Amino acid sequence: MNKKFFAIILGCLLIFNLTPIFAGGEKEEVKEEGVTEIVYWQYFYETKKNLMDDLIGEFEAANPTIKVTQQTFPYADYNTKVAASVPSGKGPNVINLYYGWLPKYVTSGYLQPLTGADFTPAKVESEFFPLVKAAKFDGSYYALPTAVRSLALFYNKDLLAEGGYSAPPKTWEEAVEMGKDLAEFDKNGNFLQIGFGVNLDNQFHHVIREVLNRQMGTAPYNEDSTQVLYNNQAGYDAMKFVSDLELVEKTGRQAFMEDDRTAFKAGTCAMFVSGSFALGTLDKVEELNYGTAELPSMDGMQSNFASFWANGITSFTEGKELVASEKFLQFLTSADVMERWLAEIGELPANMELGQAEKIANDPKFGPFIRGLEYAHATVFYDESAQKSAMFDAYNRIVLQGMDVKESVDIAAKEEQAVIDKYFDK
Amino acid sequence: MKNKIKKGTLAREKEKWAYLFISVPVVFYLLVRFLPTFYAFYLSFTDWDIISASANWIGLDNYKRLFTDKIFYITLSNTFYYVLYGLPISILVGFLLAYNIDKVKIGSGLFKTIYFMPYITSMVAVAWVWRWLFQPAPIGIFNNILISMGIPMQEFLNSVEQSKGCILAATIWSGVGFQMIIFMAGLKGISKQYYEAAEIDGASAFNALRYITLPLLRNSFIFLLITGTIRFLRIFTQVVNMTRSSGGGPLNSAKPLVLYIYDTAFRSFDMGYASALTVILFIIILLITLIQMRVTRNER
Repeated sequence: MNKKFFAIILGCLLIFNLTPIFAGGEKEEVKEEGVTEIVYWQYFYETKKNLMDDLIGEFEAANPTIKVTQQTFPYADYNTKVAASVPSGKGPNVINLYYGWLPKYVTSGYLQPLTGADFTPAKVESEFFPLVKAAKFDGSYYALPTAVRSLALFYNKDLLAEGGYSAPPKTWEEAVEMGKDLAEFDKNGNFLQIGFGVNLDNQFHHVIREVLNRQMGTAPYNEDSTQVLYNNQAGYDAMKFVSDLELVEKTGRQAFMEDDRTAFKAGTCAMFVSGSFALGTLDKVEELNYGTAELPSMDGMQSNFASFWANGITSFTEGKELVASEKFLQFLTSADVMERWLAEIGELPANMELGQAEKIANDPKFGPFIRGLEYAHATVFYDESAQKSAMFDAYNRIVLQGMDVKESVDIAAKEEQAVIDKYFDK
Repeated sequence: MKNKIKKGTLAREKEKWAYLFISVPVVFYLLVRFLPTFYAFYLSFTDWDIISASANWIGLDNYKRLFTDKIFYITLSNTFYYVLYGLPISILVGFLLAYNIDKVKIGSGLFKTIYFMPYITSMVAVAWVWRWLFQPAPIGIFNNILISMGIPMQEFLNSVEQSKGCILAATIWSGVGFQMIIFMAGLKGISKQYYEAAEIDGASAFNALRYITLPLLRNSFIFLLITGTIRFLRIFTQVVNMTRSSGGGPLNSAKPLVLYIYDTAFRSFDMGYASALTVILFIIILLITLIQMRVTRNER
């Protein structure tokens, strides 16, 4: 009898020890009377987290009935963490998301449309750069950015001076000429230094999509991003231009010294295209004497690609928390916060008036990026990974397998259209 | 064999305890292993994409898509390439090492250590060093060597034709220590008397190898065959690290099926389709293992 008793106790103990695996891990929040608590999520980046802590302090001082808790997650896990929180119904009130993920999160019902007076499309479009339209779905905005990133041309001043150039190229013809000239080879024809980087797996697929396509005469997609348009002569010309950089003009090659940004840091790349987020890494390299310039124009036309992380409100936020979240969101996307964000984080303001202000538009480092925002487009990505692969594969088929440009671009267009169609089938 | 004699109370008690103790890990195993597997089977018939609240039943749509998916066939053939080339080469090299080190009198311990060290090194570290070695000139050591010998630079990981071979080179290099150790254990298990008898009968070294050593190493060989097949079918870490920027080599030339499943699930968030791919992989591995077990059992 005794043994049976102990066996049952043992069994119960074992089972109870297993229950933490099944527990939801809910935190009991101690609520003070009259104080609304909201939670904010963003990915961990030291300067961003610290600035956000300061901003939250100021916001709470100005709004004593609201308390904001910030939670951060490692960048590499962020998307998965957010995605996993959705079906569980637990999550933050205000969340920072990459704009490319918005289509999926909007259709899944994770975010709610911003309906406050501060967020009407008319108001938003009068204050923010036009690229913010990528966060508009079904006539409402679902998220708004504090900061955006765009592309610019990075050039190594020393290497350019060695080649006899005192200024970066203004047009694509100049860029190709200088790139050809500044590329150096060993006696077997292998690159020792590239003149103009052409790395597709970094930012260059954006250059093809939003810059060269438009400069050659076609938008990559139609107005509401449901149709691929670049399988036309302009699109073929754009892809041919890029593949010629490697095949014909020989200004650079894929995977030289890992990628063009690494080569630039090592001083073996004269010019390459990257985003404002590269400034921080490049500044750390002391011997590197570099400058930034607006992307080259073609026939007088300029274009750029911009991306942004935006703040939205989750759909299960309601009542007092919704009011508090809207206040916080409005605060985060105000011009003052954006100015501080630029100074401390190095990301560009999304507010047009601020971005066009003299001291900001002509900033020696950020200027080219900010001026680029005026004519920048943010592609609406339904599956960025698959769409990037489509572009990269098209390039590889041409360069590695000698496929005809038109044939290769047509295949990419079909693949991307399939991605878009699959999204809308749901 | 059922015992016709009624069991005593003590035996009954012991039996009850046994069941109690076994039931705990069985329950755990069922929940942690089998339940997720069955859930994945279920998911393969849905269109779940993690962030949706509901998973809609779509029947066999994922499987229909699978059969016309070019990339699935590419990754499948890549996986078989890895097995069909990687397995024989690694077993052959492992055997040659074991056979020759066995004959070495002085310093065999040192040789064993050197050849085994790659096996205990982190695969990620191995992958990154080999990735660096395969870089184009002027920083890729292999290419620098080739150029100094007058051979043109090779694209290696950036080439559609060579990328798989490069992955295999790194994989075989790091795994050969394991094959070597298993074969050495097998060699030590062969009684010296056979060799002495052969010598007396005037057999050559080659005949001794052919008629004594190899047949008696059958069990080691079978063990390495089965573990090696599973290992090469599951290739993942080295491909991810060596082709990180191109995600499986240019034009998916080095992408194994496991990596395609991972990308589909966690980059495109297409869980339903990824589950269907997993089910297919499961069936393939199951079939191969069953065939192997049947073939090796008959000959015993």
